[in-house]
Amino acid sequence: MNWKRATIAGAFAFPIIGLFIYGLKHDPHDIPSPLPGKPAPTFALEVFAPGQPPLGRPIGDTVRLADLKGQVVVLNFWASWCLACRDEHRTLSEVARSYADKPVHFVGSLYQDTPNAGRQWIAELGGQSYPSVQDPRTRTAIDYGLYGVPETFIIGRDGLIAHKITGPASAAAVTQIVDSLLATPAPAKGAP
Amino acid sequence: MNGLVGRAALLVSLPFIVLGIITIPVALRRGRRDWIPIAYGAVLANFLLVTAAALAMVVALVTHDFSVSYVAQVGSRETPLFYTIISLWGALEGSILFWGWVLSLYAVAVVWFNRERPGDLVPYSAMVLLAVSLFFAILLVGPANPFHVVFPVPPNGPGPNPLLQNHILMGIHPPLLYLGYVGMSVPFAFAVGAVLSGEAESNDWIRLTRNWTVASWGFLSAAIIAGMWWSYDVLGWGGYWAWDPVENASFLPWLTATAFLHSAMVQERRSMLRVWNLNLVVGTFALTILGTFLTRSGIISSVHAFTTGTIGYYFLTFIGLVLLTALAMVAGNSDRLSTRGRLDSAASRETIFLLNNLFLTAFMLTVLVGTLFPLVAEAIRGVKVSVGGPFFNRMSLPLIAALLFLMGVGPALPWKVASRADLREKLLPPISGAVVLLGIAILMGIRNPYGLLVFTFVGYSAAANLREYWIGVRARHVAQGEAWPTALVKLVGSNRRRYGGYIAHFGVFFVALGITASSSLRSEREATLKPGETVSVYGRTVRLKSMWGREEKQRSVVGATMELIENGNVRATLEPRMNFYPTSQEPVPTPDVHSGVFGDLYLSLVAFRPDGSTATIKAIYEPLLPWIWFGGGVVVFGAIVSGWPARRRRTAVPAIVASANPARDAA
Repeated sequence: MNWKRATIAGAFAFPIIGLFIYGLKHDPHDIPSPLPGKPAPTFALEVFAPGQPPLGRPIGDTVRLADLKGQVVVLNFWASWCLACRDEHRTLSEVARSYADKPVHFVGSLYQDTPNAGRQWIAELGGQSYPSVQDPRTRTAIDYGLYGVPETFIIGRDGLIAHKITGPASAAAVTQIVDSLLATPAPAKGAP
Repeated sequence: MNGLVGRAALLVSLPFIVLGIITIPVALRRGRRDWIPIAYGAVLANFLLVTAAALAMVVALVTHDFSVSYVAQVGSRETPLFYTIISLWGALEGSILFWGWVLSLYAVAVVWFNRERPGDLVPYSAMVLLAVSLFFAILLVGPANPFHVVFPVPPNGPGPNPLLQNHILMGIHPPLLYLGYVGMSVPFAFAVGAVLSGEAESNDWIRLTRNWTVASWGFLSAAIIAGMWWSYDVLGWGGYWAWDPVENASFLPWLTATAFLHSAMVQERRSMLRVWNLNLVVGTFALTILGTFLTRSGIISSVHAFTTGTIGYYFLTFIGLVLLTALAMVAGNSDRLSTRGRLDSAASRETIFLLNNLFLTAFMLTVLVGTLFPLVAEAIRGVKVSVGGPFFNRMSLPLIAALLFLMGVGPALPWKVASRADLREKLLPPISGAVVLLGIAILMGIRNPYGLLVFTFVGYSAAANLREYWIGVRARHVAQGEAWPTALVKLVGSNRRRYGGYIAHFGVFFVALGITASSSLRSEREATLKPGETVSVYGRTVRLKSMWGREEKQRSVVGATMELIENGNVRATLEPRMNFYPTSQEPVPTPDVHSGVFGDLYLSLVAFRPDGSTATIKAIYEPLLPWIWFGGGVVVFGAIVSGWPARRRRTAVPAIVASANPARDAA
C-alpha cells in the first residue's frame, strides 16, 4: 500500500464529498424572495370552484384582496396538471377547515389551466373546503412572481406578504405561520 | 398493467444482479470457471428485465397510461408521438431507467465481444458492471421509481418540459450522451478487472480498454456537439456554449478520456504511465457519476437540472464508494505498477503526450473548480456567486491554444529521441501553414490575440498532420506504385488508430476555427420592423414579409416570414417563430438559420404586436459557425475509423495470458 498516494488522493477527494453533503442541504433555487415584507399585490378574481360550507363562496363571486384586510390570507397557486399539487391538496383543505372560525381566508388560484379541468380535479380528489378562483392571462401569478406550481403565499393581517412556501405545503408549516400571524393584533382601521 | 410489469421487472432484476456479483469472485477464487456462465446468464437476465421495464414505460407513454407516475408527470394527450416516446429520458426517473438500460446493454456487449478472451479480466469486469447496475437498480426501485401508482388516474398530464418537445435533437443528443457517459463505465470495469485479475502489469488490458474508450469517447464527442447545436437552434441567443454546470459536467469526462486516449499509447509503446492511466480511467468514470449527480441532485442551479428528491444522497454514497475503491486500487497497486521505462529525451513524442496530459488535466481541474466554486463560496462565506463565461474563457484559452499547438508537434515527432535533423525536417515546414492561416485570420478581421493565436496554431498543426498523410501516401505511391486514392485508403487501413486519430485532429481544427471566428466576428442587430421593411447585418439584408399565427394541438405558434435579399432577389425564406405552451409562462423561441459555407445568418423573433403590425427581429451573423458542426462530424468519423473493431485474427491471444491459462487456450 502506498500510503502517501492514498493520503494525497483522500485529501483531494473527501473535502469534495463534504462540500456536496453541505450542498444537498441547501436548495440553489431557494433564493430569498424579495416579496416577504412587501405589500401583497392586489387581485380581484372570479370564483370557479365554490368550495364547501362554511368556507365556500358561490361560483361567479369575486374574491378581492382589498376586502380581506385585517384577515390572514393563504393564497395557493395550483393546477390540475401538477402532480405535487395533489400532495398538498388534502392538507390545505383540512388546515383551512380548522381555521373556519378564525379570521383566516384560504384561496386557491388556478394556474395555466381551464376551470373545467380544475373542477374535475377537485371532484376526483374528494372536494376542497375553500374556494378556487381563476386567473385569466395569469396576471396575478405574474404579480406574485410565480416560479412554478405549487407555491403558497401567506399574507398577514397588515396586508404584507409574510411568507412564501415553494413546493407542496405541509400542515405544520402553514399552521405555524398562520398562528403566529393571528397572534399579532389586526391593525387599527385607517392605519396605513 | 404497464406499471406492474415495469415494477416487477425491476424488482426481479435485483436478485439476478446480486447473484452475478457474488458468483464471479467465488468462481474465480475456487477455480470453478464452469460457474462463470451462471454470472453471464445474470448479466443477460438483467439486460432482458431492464429492457422489459423500459418497453413497459414506452408502452405506458404511448398509450397515455396516466396511472403510471412518470407518465402523469411528463405525458400529455396533445404531445406528438415522437416526443411522447422520447420523453422516456425527459425527466429524472425515466432518465435513470434509460441509463440503467444502456448500462445493461454495455454489460452484455462487453461479455459477448470478449467471450473468447482467456483470463479473469472479463469476468471481473462483468462483476464491476453488475455492481454499477446494482446502484441504478436500487435507484429505480427506490427514490427514482418511475412506476409509482397514481390514483385516481388523472385524465391528462402536463406534457414534457416545453424546451424538450421543441426540437428533433431531443431524440438524438440525450441517447448519444448516455452512450458516451455510460460507456465510460466499461473502461472503469476493465481497470478494476485488470487489477483484480493481476493483469494490470501487462499492457494488454490497456489496448482493450482503449478500444472501448474510443467508442464511448466518440459518442460523448458527438453528444457534446449535438448539445451545442441544439442550444444554438432553440435558445434564440445565437450561442452554443455557456459553461453551464451541466455542459461542464459532460465536458469534464471528455477531457480526461481524451487524455487517456493519448497516454494509453505511451503505456503500450513504452510501458510508462501505468498508474497514471489507471487514475485517468477511474477519474473519467468518477466524473461521469459526478456529472449525473450534479444534474440530478439539484445541488447546483442550472437550466438542465432535473426536479429533485432524496436521490442526491444515494449518488453521494455511490461516489464515495467509487472513490474508496479507486483509492484502495491505485494506492494498493501503485508500488507494483510503478514505471520501468524512462523518458529518453525531452524531444520525443512521449514528452508531447505528457504535456498533452498535463494541459488536459489542468483544463479539467479548471472547469471543475469553476463549476463547484459557487458551492464553495456559499459553504464558506454564505454568499451567492455565479462563475460564468469570463472566468472559463480566460482560464481555458491559453490551455486550448497550447493543446492546438501540441496537436501538430506530437504527430511529427518520433518516439524515444528526435535528432536535431528530425526536428528541423519535421517541425519547420508546417510553419508555412501557420503563416497562411494567420494571414487569413487578419484578412477576415480577427484582431484579438487569442483569435490570431488559435488560427496560427491550427494552421501549423493542420499542416503537420496533413504532412504525415502526405509522407505516408507518397511512400506507398512510390514504393508500391499504388494510385494516389488507393494509397490513401491503404495507408489509413494499415494503421487505423493512428490515421483515424489524425482525422479526429482535423475535426478539432474545424471546431476551433468555427468557435474562434464566430465568437470574434459575431455581428448582431435588433430591429422592430413593419412588413416590407428590412434590416442588414454583416452585409446581409433580410425583409419582413408577413407575420402569422396558428394553433397546433399542443401549442400555439406565432411566426414571422423573412426573406433574405441578395442583389434584389429573394435568396431564401426564413421563419423564426415563438411557440407558446399551456404549461409555460415563457414562450419557447424557435430561431431560423440560413447556413452557408462561410457562416450562419441567424434570425430570432424577439417580440411582436398581437395585430401583426410589427415584429422585433434579432439578426445575427456568425462567420464559420457551421464549421463547428462539420468538425464535430469529422471528429466522430475519426473515432469510427480509429475504433471500428478489427477483423478477428486467429492469433489474437497474447502470449502472457495464453500461457497462464493453458486449459482454456486449448479449448
